[in-house]
Amino acid sequence: MPILEAQELTYTYSIGSPFEKTAVDRMNLQIEQGEFVGIIGHTGSGKSTLMQMLNGLLKPTSGKVLLDGKDIWEKKADRRQVRFQVGLVFQYPEYQLFEETVYRDIAFGPKNMGLSEEEIDRRVRQTAEIVGLREELLEKAPYALSGGQKRRVAIAGVMAMEPKVLILDEPTAGLDPKGRVQILERLSQYHKRTGCTILLVSHSMEDVAKYASRLLVLRGGRAACYDAPANVFSRKEELEEMGLALPQITRVFAALREKGIVFPEEVYTVKYGAAMLLERLRGGGSSC
Amino acid sequence: MQPLLQLENVRFHYPAEEDTVPEEVVKGVSLTVNRGELVAVLGHNGSGKSTLAKMCNGILLPTEGRVLVDGMDTAHEERLQEIRRRVGMVFQNPDNQIVATIVEEDVAFALENMGVPQPEMRQRVDEALKAVHMYDYRNHAPHQLSGGQKQRVAIAGIIAMRPECIVMDEPTAMLDPHGRGQVMRTIRKLNREFGITVLLITHEMDEAAQCDRVVVVDHGTIRMDDTPRNVFARVAEMKEIGLDVPQVTELAELLRQGGYPLDSHIITEEECVAALYQLLKGRETIGADS
Amino acid sequence: MLKDITLGQYFPMDSVVHRMDARFKIIITMLYLVMLFLGQRIYCLLAGLLFTVTVTVCSKIPAKMILKSIKPIVPILMVTGLLNLLLLDGGDVLWQWKFLRITTEGIQTSVFMVVRICLLIAGTSLLTYTTSPITLTDAIEHLLSPLKKLKMPVHELAMMMTIALRFIPTLIEETDKIMAAQKARGADMESGNLLQRAHALVPILIPLFVSAFRRAEELALAMECRCYHGGEGRTRLRIMQSGARDYIALSLMLLLFAAVILLNTLM
Repeated sequence: MPILEAQELTYTYSIGSPFEKTAVDRMNLQIEQGEFVGIIGHTGSGKSTLMQMLNGLLKPTSGKVLLDGKDIWEKKADRRQVRFQVGLVFQYPEYQLFEETVYRDIAFGPKNMGLSEEEIDRRVRQTAEIVGLREELLEKAPYALSGGQKRRVAIAGVMAMEPKVLILDEPTAGLDPKGRVQILERLSQYHKRTGCTILLVSHSMEDVAKYASRLLVLRGGRAACYDAPANVFSRKEELEEMGLALPQITRVFAALREKGIVFPEEVYTVKYGAAMLLERLRGGGSSC
Repeated sequence: MQPLLQLENVRFHYPAEEDTVPEEVVKGVSLTVNRGELVAVLGHNGSGKSTLAKMCNGILLPTEGRVLVDGMDTAHEERLQEIRRRVGMVFQNPDNQIVATIVEEDVAFALENMGVPQPEMRQRVDEALKAVHMYDYRNHAPHQLSGGQKQRVAIAGIIAMRPECIVMDEPTAMLDPHGRGQVMRTIRKLNREFGITVLLITHEMDEAAQCDRVVVVDHGTIRMDDTPRNVFARVAEMKEIGLDVPQVTELAELLRQGGYPLDSHIITEEECVAALYQLLKGRETIGADS
Repeated sequence: MLKDITLGQYFPMDSVVHRMDARFKIIITMLYLVMLFLGQRIYCLLAGLLFTVTVTVCSKIPAKMILKSIKPIVPILMVTGLLNLLLLDGGDVLWQWKFLRITTEGIQTSVFMVVRICLLIAGTSLLTYTTSPITLTDAIEHLLSPLKKLKMPVHELAMMMTIALRFIPTLIEETDKIMAAQKARGADMESGNLLQRAHALVPILIPLFVSAFRRAEELALAMECRCYHGGEGRTRLRIMQSGARDYIALSLMLLLFAAVILLNTLM
């Protein structure tokens, strides 16, 4: 059974007004436990609406969201519990920090869950360590931190609820390359360590290519494809038509293919590309 | 001819609290920018690049050294308006630099402040809007626009002043790829067609690759100042600073490490494809000959 | 929820009313409001109705929009109507229960009051529907400019108003976003007593204030970069121009006003 499932999920804004707009349109989606899903799509492709429906912040106009097979909008269902299980990190999450100390801000979610003091303390310290915040930062005021650190505090605040599914909306937006890698690496470690399900929304094809085990491409409120990265990137024309750029490295290999140099598999990371080339070059050399 | 922008041994620190030694953000930077250049200033967050930008039009004054705009020292208060007119600035968040509730009114804002007569103002506003391809949106409210469109309105508001130079502080950082493309195309057009000097502060290497010159700032000093090609060739150094290089440059570097003599100056896809093609074909022909 | 408020919304269109000089529109609206308050009887409402209908037709604003502007004040209308209806004495008593009674006078007054409030709102909405906020601010600045001599910061006030208008949609959007984000962390804003609910606002208000201050700082910087140095020596893109049509409209309004005053004193 998939951990999270969307059935004919639809959301329409301002129904009945001239601004009526269907942001998510009869979407079907099954997300398996432990998956690392990269979500790509244009601004306006329905990403944020979908995310907010998946954790019960927005009520679908029609269709269902199933968490562990249970409809989250069923009469008896407790939506707050759903939000604890499907953690959602918004874009620029550092703007929601409000407590006096980093510690208390990370503890906000767990406290709302009604956990014991010891359990809250354990979680705060553990997630701080996961996102790479040093112990002494915990007693500091959030505004005294650097941009990248604040971002990590905000992410830790959601992680500390220990959700089964963690959704992040462009967690690296506006950060420099180093800050980006830091967050993505930490996230990847967290994924391996806890085995939880991650949904990562990103504009960077390079990033999702590097970390995701599956890619969901959204277009006009629908899932245009949902597949392993290699299979998604092999649909070059389709992606380009949607205005989505393939990673540069993938484009290089596509150009080589057009020139008659074919590699057996789709390349979407630099390391893998270099390895393939070296193998070919060395292999070619030794065969003669 | 006099250079447009001269930073002479500039140092800067924010006022410190009592009993503490102030931490210098900019530690002795000398930089000369000539008319018509498109210069990228690359650096990670906290490298001092934004501070540097704010010193270019007297928003911040250096604690040591001096900044000259067209020969005018930014420390001379009476020249400040003139300096600001010549060196415009565009910031990261498009929302926080649009003052008026209607696009064309916002573009006119600087001209209104400068006391430009109305008929001329009308003409300059229209020209500026056309230059950034936002003329059709002149009567829209800012909140009806996308991020990239808002940023182009902000740029129009600056070019209406007819500045000689625009300093852009991470103008694409909050935009999606589509908006980024729009803004980058606008920047290049302003530079190529209108001859406006642009200082583009960024940490996106693909944007820097589109410039004539790249200045790499690290810990308040200039680490490199060269063409994009030469800067990106120093892959290891760039990574150490916490910056990136284009994927193709990185690929070439990995192949070089593997013992294959690829040009270290590869920064575009075409160059990379051509080089790889040659390398692989070369192998095949040798293979076929033997 | 916040998006439903139409007061202060601009409805761009090309019409005589839209093209009118905003200064005249403000004066006319003022006269209209005073007229509604002074008039004690039905003819005053008729005059108001005549004004509202004429302006609506001339402005090409759909009547639906006018009704929409009245929607948010329906509760106020109901309270006013009921109070007048049930508590007012005078005329024949039609129905009575304890201290509550419905009298002919009560019916008259309550209808009169409700219609009057509706007309008030409709008239002011017409002003904001047909005049962009920035022109409105400009016009207010112009009208108040004699006060500059008394050292009143007229330009500064107008600038503050412009900026406020500019940032209202931005801050509304931001509030929605922060609310959603805190809800995602389990913040409970729907239950509990008043004190608990007030406390639940802290996680929303603090980030909102922090963000507003950050925006203010950045905006000030951007304004400085664009040579802003107060109101002195400023020119404007939009020149306030009054023409024959504005004087005609004002004359008509004055006539209507005079007629109502006259009827008021005569009857």
